[in-house]
Amino acid sequence: MSMSLMSGRARRFRRRSSAASPARRGEAVKGWLYVSPTAVFVAVLFILPLLLVVRMSLSRWPLLTGDQGVNAPDNYTKVLDNRFFADSVVFTLKYTVLATALLIALGLGLALLVQESSRWKGLLRASFLIPSALGLASASLLFYVLYSPIAGPAADLMEKLGWTFLGSPNAALFSTVFLIVWRFAGFYMLLMLVGLQGIPAELYEAARIDGASRWQIFRRITLPLLRPTLALTTIMCVTGSLLAFEQFYILTKGGPDNSTITVVQLIYTMAFQGQNDLGVAAALSVIALIALVVINAVQLRAFHNPDEK
Amino acid sequence: MSTHASTPASAHAAKNPGTGLSDRSSASDGAAIGKATPARPGPVRRPPTTTIGGLVLRTPYWIFTGGLAIIFLFPLAWTAVASVSPHAGTNQTDGWGFGNYRTLADYQAGIWQYLANSAFVSLTTVVLTLAISLLGGYAFARFNFPGKNVLFLTTLAILMVPYATMLIPLYVLLNQLSLQDSLIGVALVLTMFQLPFSTFMMRISFEAIPRELDEAALVDGCSSWTALWRVLLPAVKPGLITVGLFAFLTAWNDFMAPLILINDSNRFTLPLAVSNLRVQVQGVIDYGATEAGVVVLAMPCIVLFLLLQRHYVRGFMSGAFKG
Repeated sequence: MSMSLMSGRARRFRRRSSAASPARRGEAVKGWLYVSPTAVFVAVLFILPLLLVVRMSLSRWPLLTGDQGVNAPDNYTKVLDNRFFADSVVFTLKYTVLATALLIALGLGLALLVQESSRWKGLLRASFLIPSALGLASASLLFYVLYSPIAGPAADLMEKLGWTFLGSPNAALFSTVFLIVWRFAGFYMLLMLVGLQGIPAELYEAARIDGASRWQIFRRITLPLLRPTLALTTIMCVTGSLLAFEQFYILTKGGPDNSTITVVQLIYTMAFQGQNDLGVAAALSVIALIALVVINAVQLRAFHNPDEK
Repeated sequence: MSTHASTPASAHAAKNPGTGLSDRSSASDGAAIGKATPARPGPVRRPPTTTIGGLVLRTPYWIFTGGLAIIFLFPLAWTAVASVSPHAGTNQTDGWGFGNYRTLADYQAGIWQYLANSAFVSLTTVVLTLAISLLGGYAFARFNFPGKNVLFLTTLAILMVPYATMLIPLYVLLNQLSLQDSLIGVALVLTMFQLPFSTFMMRISFEAIPRELDEAALVDGCSSWTALWRVLLPAVKPGLITVGLFAFLTAWNDFMAPLILINDSNRFTLPLAVSNLRVQVQGVIDYGATEAGVVVLAMPCIVLFLLLQRHYVRGFMSGAFKG
């Protein structure tokens, strides 16, 4: 793409310097030289582990003794037989739908609220964004104290009502979703603001001159033109939620009654707690990877606009 | 008012100046975040009209938005205050003070050890990410070489792969490379996870610079290395700051990579140490020390964010995420 931007001067320089082929070979060598650190990282820390995880998923591979040879497809049947597998998939999907719906709606709502420039709106934007500077682990620890029936600000109230934030499966789910909304709403607001900026102002003015109501403008102009942004934010949000780990690991520890175990938490448990079986964990990792690729492909297709291209 | 259909402030103000609902008409925006959405050129703004009717109409809006801001800020403010206020079952029982921070300081290897571990991992990640993506971005933007597109797409594909899927084999792989239980191993892994964003960011940063700039340097006899170092580096500095900021925030806050890759509690990073400190004595949770730990964890992030928010926003404005 950038090649087409080549200036006349550069072209002249090229022609003068040497015949095309050695020059091009020199360029290729230099390019590879500059890109070699990237290539090494991608090969050793991405491609190699990706191949390794597939091999591990097909082998008996206890945490302590390492590779014990191929045992396919035992690891996969063990995953399917795991008593938490079905529950964790259902819970992860439930959490994903809830978190995505709330984050997309709130992200868009907040973006519309603070879109225009003013000092007050700048302050609002900053306060919505500050939580997203925190790490997910820090935010989870923060809410762990905040929700605590002993030390939290609502401790007395909880004692009176006999209810706690993390006491029942549903309360734990909604409390965790609140934490996630608090942490990420500003981030999605920012992405929505970027998208809203891409909508030409003339369209709004034309609609208003034609007597369109606010709702009509939102429905007929903002939403359709925001489609790429909505697609992107939804895919990011679904991916992030399907892979949820820290918030549940720290906040609910999978409880109460193992009701909040996510798929990634199950991978961690299989590998490092109790079972100590890296082979089974690798098998579930491969399943998660395939599921994620399929879900993202479906989403891309669903959001694909036939009018474009 | 709340779902005000998206309109540039200027256009709207011209329409109904009487209510003044949407428009404070302060052309200069105080907060840096505000600059993310510059006002588009539009009809000339009218000066703010502060009528009593306008104020009354605006009050519910102020209460609503102010309430929202408080919801977002309250948890942080409460934690900061609670960490120094007295509470039974913590090291700070009478009066205000820094007892909880003393607990934190004396926890196992001591907070300084954990801070040093976290700082080491974060800075190594930042330096590696900057170096690799600077060179990689330069190569992708300015050179043609076989395998260029395959390598670029493979780098972006890192985004598609679940964290956990990678960490299980990386745990085995780092053991084989004798990097088990090592902070360098964690930094290498975190750098790899930063590559899609940083390589993309640096590539578009280089592509935004006119080719004439480095070609002039090459004509003047510079090598491509000198051209990069002397001519291009200053021009891509904003991109580097954004990449560095994201790398630092990610590395400082990351929980899962050290959780899986580090066993020795003397090598824990801060998030891991604070999360373990909760269950210090036989299941009794020291909430005070946890609050102090959260404050120590959050402080550098919030300060960096407030100082560099323009670069933070830039990361998204870059179009990196425009799909």
